[in-house]
Amino acid sequence: MNSIIESFSRAVSLILNLDKELWGIIFLSVEVSGTALVAATLLGLPAAAFLGFKRFPLRGAVVSILNTFMGLPPVAVGLFLYLLLSRSGPLGFLSLLYTPTAMIIAQTILAFPIVTCLSHSAIVSVDPIIRQASMTLGATQFQVSLSVIREARYGIISAVIAGLGRVMAEVGAILIVGGNILGFTRVMTTTIAMETDKGNFELALALGIILLSISLLINLTLYFVQKRGAAGAAR
Amino acid sequence: MSLGMEATKVAKTYNGNSVLRDCSYSFRPPGVYILTGPNGCGKSTFLRIAALIEQPDSGTIGFFSDDKRVDADLRLKRKITLVLPKVGVFNTSVFKNVAYGLTIRGIGKQETEEKVKKVLEFVQLSHKTRQNALTLSSGETQRLGIARALVMGPDILFLDEPTASVDQKNSRIIEEILLKMKQESGPTVIMTTHDQSQAKRLADTLLVIRDGVLAAEKGPK
Repeated sequence: MNSIIESFSRAVSLILNLDKELWGIIFLSVEVSGTALVAATLLGLPAAAFLGFKRFPLRGAVVSILNTFMGLPPVAVGLFLYLLLSRSGPLGFLSLLYTPTAMIIAQTILAFPIVTCLSHSAIVSVDPIIRQASMTLGATQFQVSLSVIREARYGIISAVIAGLGRVMAEVGAILIVGGNILGFTRVMTTTIAMETDKGNFELALALGIILLSISLLINLTLYFVQKRGAAGAAR
Repeated sequence: MSLGMEATKVAKTYNGNSVLRDCSYSFRPPGVYILTGPNGCGKSTFLRIAALIEQPDSGTIGFFSDDKRVDADLRLKRKITLVLPKVGVFNTSVFKNVAYGLTIRGIGKQETEEKVKKVLEFVQLSHKTRQNALTLSSGETQRLGIARALVMGPDILFLDEPTASVDQKNSRIIEEILLKMKQESGPTVIMTTHDQSQAKRLADTLLVIRDGVLAAEKGPK
């Protein structure tokens, strides 16, 4: 028990003393996850809108597959990407393995189905009367779609935040394709796993506290966004 | 330019049930045309078809300006508007709801503000301008729907049962709005109602749909 308390107090001191290595890891984590989230959102939102507005054969099957991919095992994604990016793989010539770019690709793959499916769900949940009302006011098809997306905005924001939660907490895929190289591809989650293995609990705990704080912040934001959306809809 | 509309042998069937069989009528501007008939007779269906929201199974809807036929393109669609019984308000302020039609037409900010302000006064909703539209009562929501349509200065305003789900006070206000529109040479109004006394109070021309056929009962005055 004493060792836990001791490790915890050292972790707090690491955070308060603005330890350079610690902050370097945090910044890289935020950079990788942030970029992956932006990419997943830029790809996922149009995909969600397409699935929500267009009728085409096998649309239901595509939605079902994407729903299944929401639970993609990160290690499986990491392995698949490793095989693609390794020197002998089909994309080996790009020399992306063990780079932050490979980690961003892995996290984008993991966040994309979440952003897409939850946004799609928000879009199709919008009352059909909104579409009709926009049409009666002279909106073009594109403007009608924009109106529906605007009405689904709280659900879409929730989808993006859920995607952020997924990528921030991810370890399996980025460990495989990033390699956990100090100062280059080492991020919070991979550091925690490694430092725990080494028995160096101070840094692991410090990062754990920060990761938990970020997670709490994400969840609180999600809560307030959903509350605001629900309040509007209930009025 | 005043827009007229002509329905020719409009027919519509839902799930094998023939709702409209032969609806033909020439709606000439200006005036208030009221469509009545029992529940389920096809009044709303006819209105949605006339407002180009729905396609008829057979027959045509044609629009005329100075006796010349007008193509049913976006320009025409922006000169006619339908207020649905369930208005479908956006989850934003009353102002932004009313401004919607002007915004999508690329109207400038100042002109939009002036027009929205004027129309909100007209429907007696000025005091609710900044309020979220989802918080309005059903009567106020109907008035919002009318304001949202009127702000665009349509040539033809279709109203589908605007007083069906509102209280007496709001029903009276909506009637006052329609009468004021008539006095101020507003758009041609084509409206459905199942309230016979209201129909008689408001109509220049009273129409009835019976057994899927549209017929004139009274007017034009």
